[in-house]
Amino acid sequence: MPDRILLAHGSGGKLAHRLVTETFVSRLGNPILAQMDDAATFNLSGTVAFTTDSYVVDPIFFPGGDIGKLAVCGTVNDLAMSGARPLYLSLAVIIEEGFSKSDLERIVDSIHQATIEAGMTIVTGDTKVVNQGSADKLYINTAGVGIVPEGVNVSGKNAKPGDKILLSGPIGDHGIAVMSKREGLRFSSKLESDSAPLNDMVERILATGQQVHCLRDPTRGGLATTLNELAQQSHTRIVIEEAAIPVREEVLGACEMLGLDPLYVANEGKLVAVLPASGVDKVLAAMRSSCYGKRAVIIGEVTDGEPGRVVMRTHLGSFRVIDMLTGDILPRIC
Amino acid sequence: MKYVSEFRDSALAKGLIAQVCRLSSTPARFMEFCGGHTVTIFRYGIRQVLPQTVTMVSGPGCPVCVTANKDLDKTIALAHFPDVILATFGDMLRIPGSHSSLQQAKAEGADVRMVYSAMDALNIARENPEKHVIFVGIGFETTAPTIAASVLQAAKEGLDNYYILSLHKLSPPVVKALLDSGEVNLDGFICPGHVSTVTGSQAWEFISRDYGIPCVVSGFEPLDVLHSISMLVSQVETKRAEVEIAYRRGVQPEGNPTALRLMREVFAPCPADWRGMGEIPASGLKLREAYLEFDAETAFDIDSGPTRETEGCLCGQILRGVATPQDCPLFGKACTPEEPVGPCMVSSEGSCSAYYRYGGEHA
Repeated sequence: MPDRILLAHGSGGKLAHRLVTETFVSRLGNPILAQMDDAATFNLSGTVAFTTDSYVVDPIFFPGGDIGKLAVCGTVNDLAMSGARPLYLSLAVIIEEGFSKSDLERIVDSIHQATIEAGMTIVTGDTKVVNQGSADKLYINTAGVGIVPEGVNVSGKNAKPGDKILLSGPIGDHGIAVMSKREGLRFSSKLESDSAPLNDMVERILATGQQVHCLRDPTRGGLATTLNELAQQSHTRIVIEEAAIPVREEVLGACEMLGLDPLYVANEGKLVAVLPASGVDKVLAAMRSSCYGKRAVIIGEVTDGEPGRVVMRTHLGSFRVIDMLTGDILPRIC
Repeated sequence: MKYVSEFRDSALAKGLIAQVCRLSSTPARFMEFCGGHTVTIFRYGIRQVLPQTVTMVSGPGCPVCVTANKDLDKTIALAHFPDVILATFGDMLRIPGSHSSLQQAKAEGADVRMVYSAMDALNIARENPEKHVIFVGIGFETTAPTIAASVLQAAKEGLDNYYILSLHKLSPPVVKALLDSGEVNLDGFICPGHVSTVTGSQAWEFISRDYGIPCVVSGFEPLDVLHSISMLVSQVETKRAEVEIAYRRGVQPEGNPTALRLMREVFAPCPADWRGMGEIPASGLKLREAYLEFDAETAFDIDSGPTRETEGCLCGQILRGVATPQDCPLFGKACTPEEPVGPCMVSSEGSCSAYYRYGGEHA
């Protein structure tokens, strides 16, 4: 087979069949996928969580990950943030004609690795190839289902005045790592994306038996946007401490250079937990026991008054409003 | 030295705040010229921690904000020319002109690309020899030297598809115009840090000499700005008017001679239109005769139609320091970052955007 994806690979004919079996099924193999029926069938019982997300990251390979790992972790994390135990994933790939076959194999391997870590199975999928120029290299959509354990009720609307806000580690790594490799913007950086499945950390948090009101992963729009969503959904006010928010020195430096605020830069392996003060010690210990939460900290609290507002106490002791992200993050010019 | 976190140190900041409070007894109004300083002041809530005697006024130092509608319309018209790639700094994309914006032109099919430097635009020109690549030259003395360097490089390589729309502005002339207008009474001036890396602190000598106003060149971290305010307060209290540098790690009195030479070789001063201030003599930069082949206005017959000013928008007064965003009837209502009416709400360095984004929270 040539090392390029041809339009015929998406035609439904022999080439398409070979691509599916040799590139996807052989790597992702599991009994449900191997049935090769039109739909995957499986049993579920309990409260089902169901989510979908599309991945169009540019560049598709970046330090610390690639579009495949992201497509698994992103959907796993959306399920985990609803308190669910992730179970099954679908995988749909739209490939631009001429895409490198070995790069595709690399991405599928990475998808496989991520599903193993997350303990999930890919049970159904689809592959399409579009004309050159109709898509940019490769797009992925994944949908996932999971089961929410009994007694777990996690939602953005549940935050209550008095709750503490916990963050699992330093912010901005993913956004800056990706930007450092973007065409026309390359700068040297040792930073890696934090892309990671967080379901294990969530299980550890829930296993403490402490009440947890909200879980959310601050992806696009960053921590600032996530906190605004929580404040709006729960009609509460959130106050955070600038000095408490961990940001790596490399991220701070790059943000200064690019005119960005780390609070708005994307993460792919961090979570925010909101819970009553009484449970903080145990939940913090649980987060820190996960390999992705070693630097977990308390960053603020939920208060009364001004529903939907997020404010931050700065290094100077003054307060400023933290608004949602507007438009795209743009560089500054002087 | 990591150059970021040290300049945000909480204990040092509190020490400086205490020093300002202790030193200041005379009421004083200080203007920060630069939009970057306005952002630092709001991002760190600096106004909240200053004593009542010190009032901060935001100035016209946001290059995108001061660009007149007429010039924005020209930019948008150029983007619509056939076979043109318009390269620009990101801040320009969302700024509304009389009838449209570059973002809208892009959605209508114009090839508008965001770049971080003129050298990126030059690369686009090299890679697309069949296209005309126009770089929107915007900014103060900070950006002009690198854009001059791109023109010299294009000339050296014999590139015949690279153009500059020169909307550059010079900062000392606008400060002079502002002070001559007598509209704002100032007791101190925080001079722009990045501009001064190029011009040197010498560019501001006329303010202290001719107007008797103390000046301090400041960096952009909270400690830089607090340190500068403390130096201004000290000058006010001891009745001195000098130009001092609180940004020694970036600024020398004589500036950057190489950058100044590049800028002067390629550009010559010319009159320029400023939003809210009208035409100010010798406050802009045009390409010199020898480099006219790179001038977009010479190469393209631009017809941008009649300009229109938005009714009720106070950006002009806000840039002159005679109104604050809260004085504007549109602020936060008809004009928000999502649907901006005036440029000061769009640019990351605009006063309205800083007021809106960071608020004036006293919690």
